[in-house]
Amino acid sequence: MKNLLKRQGVQSFIASIICILLGLFIGYIVLLFINPQGAGQSIVDVVRNFFTWSRPQQQLKQFGNTLAKTIPLIMCSLSILFSYKVGLFNIGAAGQYVAGACASLYAALAWGWGWLPCMLFAVVASSLLGAIVGILKSYRNVNEVISGIMLNWIALYTTNTVLSNVKETASPYTMYLNKVNPSALLPTMGLDQLFNKNSYVTIAVPLALIIAIVVAVLLTKTKFGYELRATGMNKNAARYAGMAENRNIILTLMISGALAGLGASMLYQTGYMRWECTQSSVPAMGFNGIAAAFLGGLNPIGAIFSSFFIQHITDGGQYVNTNYYSSQISDVISSVIIYLCGFVLFIKLSMNRMIRRSEEKKGVKK
Amino acid sequence: MLLLVQYTLIFSSVLLLVALGGCISEHSGIINLGLEGIMVIGALGGALVMSRFSTLPPAMMVILAMLAAIVLGMLYSCLLGIAAIHFKADQTLIGTAMNLLATAAATVFVKAMNTAANPDNHSSEIEYVAARKMFIVNINGFEFNWFMPLAIIVVILVYLFLYKNKLGLRLMACGEHPQAADSVGINVYKTRWMGVLISGALAGLGGLCYILAGVSLWKFENGVAGFGFLALAVMIFGQWKPFRIALAALLFGFFRALSNVYTGFDFLAALNLPSTVYNMLPYIISLIVLIFFSKNSAAPKAEGIPYDKGSR
Repeated sequence: MKNLLKRQGVQSFIASIICILLGLFIGYIVLLFINPQGAGQSIVDVVRNFFTWSRPQQQLKQFGNTLAKTIPLIMCSLSILFSYKVGLFNIGAAGQYVAGACASLYAALAWGWGWLPCMLFAVVASSLLGAIVGILKSYRNVNEVISGIMLNWIALYTTNTVLSNVKETASPYTMYLNKVNPSALLPTMGLDQLFNKNSYVTIAVPLALIIAIVVAVLLTKTKFGYELRATGMNKNAARYAGMAENRNIILTLMISGALAGLGASMLYQTGYMRWECTQSSVPAMGFNGIAAAFLGGLNPIGAIFSSFFIQHITDGGQYVNTNYYSSQISDVISSVIIYLCGFVLFIKLSMNRMIRRSEEKKGVKK
Repeated sequence: MLLLVQYTLIFSSVLLLVALGGCISEHSGIINLGLEGIMVIGALGGALVMSRFSTLPPAMMVILAMLAAIVLGMLYSCLLGIAAIHFKADQTLIGTAMNLLATAAATVFVKAMNTAANPDNHSSEIEYVAARKMFIVNINGFEFNWFMPLAIIVVILVYLFLYKNKLGLRLMACGEHPQAADSVGINVYKTRWMGVLISGALAGLGGLCYILAGVSLWKFENGVAGFGFLALAVMIFGQWKPFRIALAALLFGFFRALSNVYTGFDFLAALNLPSTVYNMLPYIISLIVLIFFSKNSAAPKAEGIPYDKGSR
């Protein structure tokens, strides 16, 4: 039992559970504060999400929808954690996600490309955006958080302008993919049948899981990953050991950007969502990726589960009693969880301290 | 033209107040990336006062709204203080969480309030038409806002505080070399708390100023559109020095103002650029500025590093 508690993974898991429970509790308090009557029911509905539907068929379908949106979130959280392992806080993932959406939708709608070229185009566009952040960081010492935020807004406005060329005349939304160019829709490979014919469940699901594993292997089992992590821990030491630290920083942000952009194409190419060309704020997906990355203990496999959880409660927000509450309560909960993730280091430290103390006591008894 | 000057001055005031807040916090050694979130909460405090107490005499109302923004901004900045000073949390992560939380919490709160007042109203908007007029003196079409002189006074005060005052000099010592400061008897924790709280007050005030800049109705779902981060860029461009920050704020304020009024200039309208170009302008300019001014940055040496008494 004691040995189990000492393991890093177990400690991260416990810390994440503590963050989730506290986050939900604070969300409950907020609801209670707004209106005590329906608070309990509403917080339960947030956690139940698609289980609030009574028919299993409907549940499956809604489960598929949540899953479809979990995929880009997994990619965004992989993007964040990948760069964080290298000591970079890529808040620009939100903008790189936008760039991915822009590239894949434009290639699909304006040029009529197939699904794979569209996806690759999204990867190229978003990794270039990531490269800008990397170049500024390594050669001009520009803080990656601030340049990332600026590029988020630039990417948003650029995307609005570019995608206005392929939008419906009567609405601010881009045209329907399945009407204009069905070949750009991701193949479902029969996965839709598992989810009550939910065509939004596509090849993206297994692909994202594979990429998560690849990222995990890349970071921990390869020379390249080792170099990247060494650069993150101490840039000067890495240079002294003969690693090209500037190249590593740029490559990291390119890969990080590519992951986020790929995530966008995995959502928009299912046809689940269309881009709104009058959007005045950067989509929350990239920011939620931060929550998922930290909640998953900065572990690629952990990110899969934490992303599902974050998306699960974000979707669950729409089931609250809207007579009193608003669906943004899920945003409150997930941002509280991010905040609490800042204390994970402290939680782990006190866990270790407790273990040590009880071991010392045992030693005295012997 | 007059309109351009007016918007430049008011947006510069916003940037100046918030950037000075960030500057003081960083001089104490804490990076405050949550400025954006603090602005939202400060704006919320001010907006609540303005919508509730618009019948008060103007002077009272103005002071009350500013106080509400300051107090709420300070309270919200405690989230950063607790996590970054006592729990050694990652300041970037905490700042990001604060930004997300502020917009979400303000939206939930305002929606709940609106719905409670009128069951059919699910919007996140607060209106303050009457109260906004109290902040403004109309001089031949030029809307003079009380925040403009206030911003100037604050710059001078911040300068005096940082360079001509014992407390301010001690504060800067904690951002440069906290261990050395500690060794001569300065309480690093308390001093950093002071830095964080002052930045909370200034950012809250800046948030109120921002929602008063051009409109008399604010939709809290939108947050403050990256203004907190623009302020950080202003601070870096100003090299962490109050008067340089003031000049930087004027420059950035000008480009932000352009997006509001460019249609009034014939030669700009004749260029026929899409409006999004003007929307992007402040962000592009700040990127360019950062490219040139980040290399030899005069940032406080110990900023962003949690203070550990035991380390050397």
